[in-house]
Amino acid sequence: MLELKDVTISYKNVPTVEHFSMSMKQGQIISLVGESGSGKTTVIRAILGLLPGGGKVTGGTITFEGEDLLAYNAEKWRKLRGSDISMIFQDSGAMMNPTKKIGNVFTEYIRTHEKISKKDAWAKGIMMLERMRLPAADNVMNSYPFQLSGGMRQRVGIAMGMTYQPKLLLADEPTSALDVTIQAQIVRQMMQLRDEYNTSIIVVTHNLGVAAYMSDYIIVMKHGKIEDQGAREYILKESKNEYTRKLLDAVPSLGGEAYV
Amino acid sequence: MSEKREVILEAKHITRRFPASHGRTLLANDDINLKMYKGETLGLVGESGCGKSTFMRFLVSLDKPSEGEIIYRGTDITKLKGEALRQSRQNIQMVFQDPTLSFNPKMTIRDIVCEPLMNFKKIKKSEKDAVCKRLLEMVELPGEFADRYPHNMSGGQRQRVAIARALALEPEIVVLDEATSALDVSVQKTVIELIIKLQKEKNITFGFICHDIALVQAVAHQIAVMYLGNLVEVLPGKNLSQNAMHPYTKALMGAVFDINMDFSKPIESIESEAPSPLDLPKGCPFQGRCEQCMDICKREKPQLIEVEEGHSVACHLYKKDKQK
Repeated sequence: MLELKDVTISYKNVPTVEHFSMSMKQGQIISLVGESGSGKTTVIRAILGLLPGGGKVTGGTITFEGEDLLAYNAEKWRKLRGSDISMIFQDSGAMMNPTKKIGNVFTEYIRTHEKISKKDAWAKGIMMLERMRLPAADNVMNSYPFQLSGGMRQRVGIAMGMTYQPKLLLADEPTSALDVTIQAQIVRQMMQLRDEYNTSIIVVTHNLGVAAYMSDYIIVMKHGKIEDQGAREYILKESKNEYTRKLLDAVPSLGGEAYV
Repeated sequence: MSEKREVILEAKHITRRFPASHGRTLLANDDINLKMYKGETLGLVGESGCGKSTFMRFLVSLDKPSEGEIIYRGTDITKLKGEALRQSRQNIQMVFQDPTLSFNPKMTIRDIVCEPLMNFKKIKKSEKDAVCKRLLEMVELPGEFADRYPHNMSGGQRQRVAIARALALEPEIVVLDEATSALDVSVQKTVIELIIKLQKEKNITFGFICHDIALVQAVAHQIAVMYLGNLVEVLPGKNLSQNAMHPYTKALMGAVFDINMDFSKPIESIESEAPSPLDLPKGCPFQGRCEQCMDICKREKPQLIEVEEGHSVACHLYKKDKQK
């Protein structure tokens, strides 16, 4: 469904990501792992045409459902975003207007995609929040982003992203800002999305444990290039790549190596 | 573990209340009792807002508890004032999470590393070059870094400089507040290895605050688990996975994503989130999220009881076992 072929992305003519290729099937979960600055976020931003100023795809092709995304104009992008492809950010609170209540943001979002009344949009919002198992959805709709905890904000972000049951969900460090117990809850909910809606998910994370748990396929990036890739079992157990091994060794493990 | 463990710092009945709006108070630390042993690491784990940083800030005298005392080498450091307080700061130093924010961006690394020594007039200006080089080499950085500024170093390098600065005065205790949380895993590993090496060489006592229980168990001799301002369990770092008793400690461990785990098993996690520390329930603070919650948990707050040497737990489940 999604294919990137030999993609090069440059910021101000300096290539940041080079020769990046991947392809994914419906219902697959792929994670991009690597250290800060390895270009993982740049890749998923390029898929959604959200590269920050100065960033441009300078080579290769991105094909989604048979269509060449790079040939899209602004209007086509706008239709694609939020309906067929959605994105979740590290802190969903930061992407929302802090002076607007969740409900207003949510209904506005729904009404840009669908011609329905405010009342129906509101009801739809509540239904989505409840599906993400947010308690007291009414209350949440009437809150400002800062009044919610990080875990709740992230759930709101996922609820918004899932409203139109996108075929592809892009998640940029979705759990990195959360406490471990909340992280576990969010990861579980994201995996349920795949089970219920057959959503494909690309997760960008620096947490190898999360990547290993969630994904079918793992791509390891280093300095803007693919360093290693393979099915989860291969990366975790068999890969001989030095960098992959080094990353895996560095993950602290319960009951694993202790220094003292 | 060791036969002669020397207690160098003891926190007794530390309580800290912060005033909140509408005349309420926020209990950030509730009757915390902990001991730190010479040359050992005390790991403090818990979720955001559980009061772990609040507690460690008392050790470096950045804040004072509402009640309780911290005895370091026979003196209560929470009561020190003026010059005596300034002098005592030499003994306990701190490394923060984000080195970019804890350095003055306009100072060179040489000035940053030597500042504590200059403040206490330990070295002369002419000695700075040599001392800085020695300190940088101690943290495995090239001596030429002395002329750099914080912004042209990587995060891992900056954190090494922060460690060098904290160790410049040769303190007995160093508090590391999420010192490695902002770093990439591979960099985190090298910084941890450095910390452990320095501890072995210099017999430093570390207070290690971290939210990653897997990392804490790898570095700490003693682990204290906090939940909403309360100590819920204190246990030796060894065999954490076998010995942990408190349901919260187990929940924290269950939520760790481990690359060696069995992926077919669903991840265990407690549902719901921690309540606001402003309206704590009566009784056990963990009751709302605990699967083994009983009637007594809603009425009475469990006290820390020692179940075996060096291992205490605050949970009604284990009190009952003991009485039987």
